Amino acid sequence: MMTIRFTDDHEWARDDDGIITVGITDFAQQQLGEVVYVELPDIDRVVAVGEEVAVVESVKAAGEVKSPVSGTVVAVNEDLNDSPELVNDDPSGNGWFYKISPSGPDELNALMDETAYEAMVSALA
Amino acid sequence: MTSFAGYDMPVHYQGGIIDEHKHVRSACGIFDVSHMGVIEVRGADADQWVESLTPADICSLQPGAQRYALLMNERGGVVDDLMVSRLQDRLVLVVNAACKNNDFSYIRSAIGDQVEVTMHEELALIAIQGPKAHSVLGQAIPEVGTLSFLRTLSKSSEFGDILISRSGYTGEDGFEVALPAEQAKQFTEHLLSHPDARLAGLGARDTLRLEAGLCLYGHELGPDISPVEADLNWAIGKSRRLDGAREGNFPGADVVYSQWPDNTESVRVGILPEGKAPVRDGAELVDANGNVIGTVSSGSISPTLQRPVAMAFIQRSALRSGTQLFANVRNRHIPVAVTNLPFIPHNYAR
Repeated sequence: MMTIRFTDDHEWARDDDGIITVGITDFAQQQLGEVVYVELPDIDRVVAVGEEVAVVESVKAAGEVKSPVSGTVVAVNEDLNDSPELVNDDPSGNGWFYKISPSGPDELNALMDETAYEAMVSALA
Repeated sequence: MTSFAGYDMPVHYQGGIIDEHKHVRSACGIFDVSHMGVIEVRGADADQWVESLTPADICSLQPGAQRYALLMNERGGVVDDLMVSRLQDRLVLVVNAACKNNDFSYIRSAIGDQVEVTMHEELALIAIQGPKAHSVLGQAIPEVGTLSFLRTLSKSSEFGDILISRSGYTGEDGFEVALPAEQAKQFTEHLLSHPDARLAGLGARDTLRLEAGLCLYGHELGPDISPVEADLNWAIGKSRRLDGAREGNFPGADVVYSQWPDNTESVRVGILPEGKAPVRDGAELVDANGNVIGTVSSGSISPTLQRPVAMAFIQRSALRSGTQLFANVRNRHIPVAVTNLPFIPHNYAR
């Protein structure tokens, strides 16, 4: 069962058999504009919920990616180093940022589901 | 859209900043810069009055010519940077949006009722920039083909009474056209009917001027930054320098002369950071021992060079010693090289 959840800060977190993949939403990449640089966390870094773990920069601005869940970083998307535009082209697929092994199993379910997130975004528009 | 100087401004149109930027370098971008101020100074000795506020040589400006100028304060700092054009019967000043009301009061209070000073809120200002700008604007106004760089032309046209100068803020050839606001839409649509023309927003305007090494008020210019510090000695007319024919007689002249030609602690330079991370406005520059020796004033990615570029104020002593510098970005020290400006050679139609 694949669960996807969303944060107020426009990150998405998807549970694939116990490992959670994190990225930014389509709305977030549209707001940022063309992504020109991504800074990823170190593998094995232990992060808390809401901790700034990655940086995403467009021509105009820098934004932080805050971890939707706590745990240990187990993989990062190295493709973003040479092709940061993947964040724009495919934010919920090839534009993922990092994978985390969660330390608290219930954190993901506390976040918004897709319906709730879409309602929040349409209220912003 | 973003809020800028009280105006809702498009950061970019459909293609995004990078595409718009590249289009200006290769063809032609159209910018709506109507937020900027157009101030007219009219009357006997208008040139002398304007010259009394700036170290630019205004009195010898010939009719039809345009020049870059700095409006100064008593501390030797800059109130605004502007373009001054002389027409047969008046001077026309194009000033920054965020400064225009202050500029207007400053000019009015300095020169009183001696000459007529008018803010033209009814005018729109459209910038047409890039190597194809002459062809795009030429389709609407054929005479522009013979207008040289830094020349201004006033004429009546199907778009009303318009003022065209061959200048801009991108480092490319181009024009700025002031025209009645109610004509702006029709005029811009006419320009956009040219296959080489497309709209460009505030985002591309910023990366273009950064690559061209041009100062932005509030970043490289301000009330506590002198022209010598900003490396704008060239904006001080030869006749306005110490021992020049019309030396002094501008606010802060004593400060500027005491600094001349390079007697300031810091100076504006170009910065090339190593790697891919943008180094932005406000980042500290440090030496190997962590001593702060400068601050970044503007920084982004250069769409042309596809690498980070920045401008910064750094201590002249560090420049002379050639010490290795680092930018402090999120507590990482990124090595940077100091370089001459501009990053991209200017492409003006001289």
